Amino acid sequence: MIRLCNVTKRYGETVALSGVTLSLPTEKVVALIGSNGAGKSTALNIIGRLIPASAGTVEIDGKSLRDWKSNELAKRLAILGQTLYTPARLTVEELVAFGRFPHSRGNLGAADLRIIDDALEYTGISTLRGCFIDELSGGQRQIAYIAMAIAQDTKYILLDEPLNNLDMNKAAKIMKLLRTLVREKKRSVLLVIHDINFVSFYADYVVAFKNGALKYSGKTEDVIRSEVLRDVYDMEIAIKSYRDKRLCVYYE
Amino acid sequence: MRRVPSSKAFFFAFAAMAFLCAAFALFYIFSGVSAETWDYNIPRRLKVVCAIAVVGVSVGISSVIFQTITANYILTPSIMGFDNLYLLLQTLVIYFWGGGQLSMMDSPADFMLTLLLMICASTAVFFIMFKGRGESVYHTVLVGVVLGMAFGGLSTFMQVFIDPSEFSVLEGRMFASFNRINVQLLGISAAVVCAAGAWFFSDLRTYDAVALGRERSISLGVNYRAVVLKSMVVVAVLTSASTVLVGPLTFLGILVVSLARALFPTYRHGILVPGAVLAALCALLFGMIVTERALHFAVPMSVIIDFAGGLFFLLLLGRVKNL
Repeated sequence: MIRLCNVTKRYGETVALSGVTLSLPTEKVVALIGSNGAGKSTALNIIGRLIPASAGTVEIDGKSLRDWKSNELAKRLAILGQTLYTPARLTVEELVAFGRFPHSRGNLGAADLRIIDDALEYTGISTLRGCFIDELSGGQRQIAYIAMAIAQDTKYILLDEPLNNLDMNKAAKIMKLLRTLVREKKRSVLLVIHDINFVSFYADYVVAFKNGALKYSGKTEDVIRSEVLRDVYDMEIAIKSYRDKRLCVYYE
Repeated sequence: MRRVPSSKAFFFAFAAMAFLCAAFALFYIFSGVSAETWDYNIPRRLKVVCAIAVVGVSVGISSVIFQTITANYILTPSIMGFDNLYLLLQTLVIYFWGGGQLSMMDSPADFMLTLLLMICASTAVFFIMFKGRGESVYHTVLVGVVLGMAFGGLSTFMQVFIDPSEFSVLEGRMFASFNRINVQLLGISAAVVCAAGAWFFSDLRTYDAVALGRERSISLGVNYRAVVLKSMVVVAVLTSASTVLVGPLTFLGILVVSLARALFPTYRHGILVPGAVLAALCALLFGMIVTERALHFAVPMSVIIDFAGGLFFLLLLGRVKNL
């Protein structure tokens, strides 16, 4: 389980995250929502040890983040940032093979190669394995990075705005893939996301931030409500029912 | 669709480069040698080839590491102002102690002192450059360029106050030369370069992951901060050893890394680094042959290298999308 205890992040005088205490459920799709600058990406990056917290502690499976050895934590937690640019010239297969780095330190064995093949197969990009990353579309590239996280074989997968700049088709495909990962491979997915309808349809659990503070957290049906969303986004959002799910309508 | 070069293609590229290096080295050592000049020419030329080997290894490794940790393919320590730091230290010695002191600094003890000074100063500069590195690579680049300009400006300012005869001593240090090398100093440099190179090679595969960028390498379990600190020390040691030994070769690094990336298009440092070293050896040996045999020492070798490297640098500026 991922647990945050009184986590604060300051940039000089600016408080990006203020005293957040939170426990996140496992084997679920957990969505972090909120307006721009609400603190969701900061929280994700602190959990993913990309930035240090100014105060407070983060625990991964009962052990403080600072007590984990880098390599051991990498076998348990993978984070994919917003930027899908990589300076190195890599093919899809080479990128996915990097997922095995925490396990093999670059010396790939037969088991590693099988896992890489499985990850490519699972995400449906086997045919792209020889393509260079910079030749792919945004959606294909995102899926390649998710395949790398699958090959990394971690319990937790953290994604920062994975649907940025994707069309509806690709975005839905990625959300379905993440759901399948949770259902079939028992992974815990934690993602920062802006589209609350994708949250409503694909997330199990929602954490809402506002002005650097934790505002709400709970099951999707408890958070995707008009009064909660009005408080989080400072605007009227109507909720309609569609296929037993809640559809958010935010056009006035 | 572009294709990934096969292992066979890399092998042939390595073989061709190694053959070219050997051919240049043999031509340089033995061409124009007669029985009368053998005793004079052969030891001198062997010494030059050894110095070229030390500088080639040092520039090849340090330039690739530097580009990997800055995630930028057009920068090298020299371009970021390292040469200006060397020049500033040389200017400071002449300014405070006079040209006699600089020309006498050829004993192993003095050489070690200069080397140590360069390593400390350059490590300090790299630390300043990489402070806040987590925020942006542009910060690193900007700080490096500004510091380089500041060192250059300060050197020029102090040179105005130096006696013209002493300035001529300094002028000799502004251009790299393989012909004034002391064998003892060459041995020390070789040992330093070997030690730093071995330290780098002990962790070679980690650099493959670092080439993916900071966020991804952390996610893959790389202790990023430790790798960057180690890299700064290795780059400072390697660059200092070669610069103190022969003098500044500003554009050699960018020339050889660009050649290596063109010939060995891979992220794997196990291929890229030896490729850059071979490219450096070829470039330096070719430059030496042109300087000695074609131009009869009329133009310093560093001018030829910097001219070719400078052209490459301009070409890269036009081609690279992400500075």
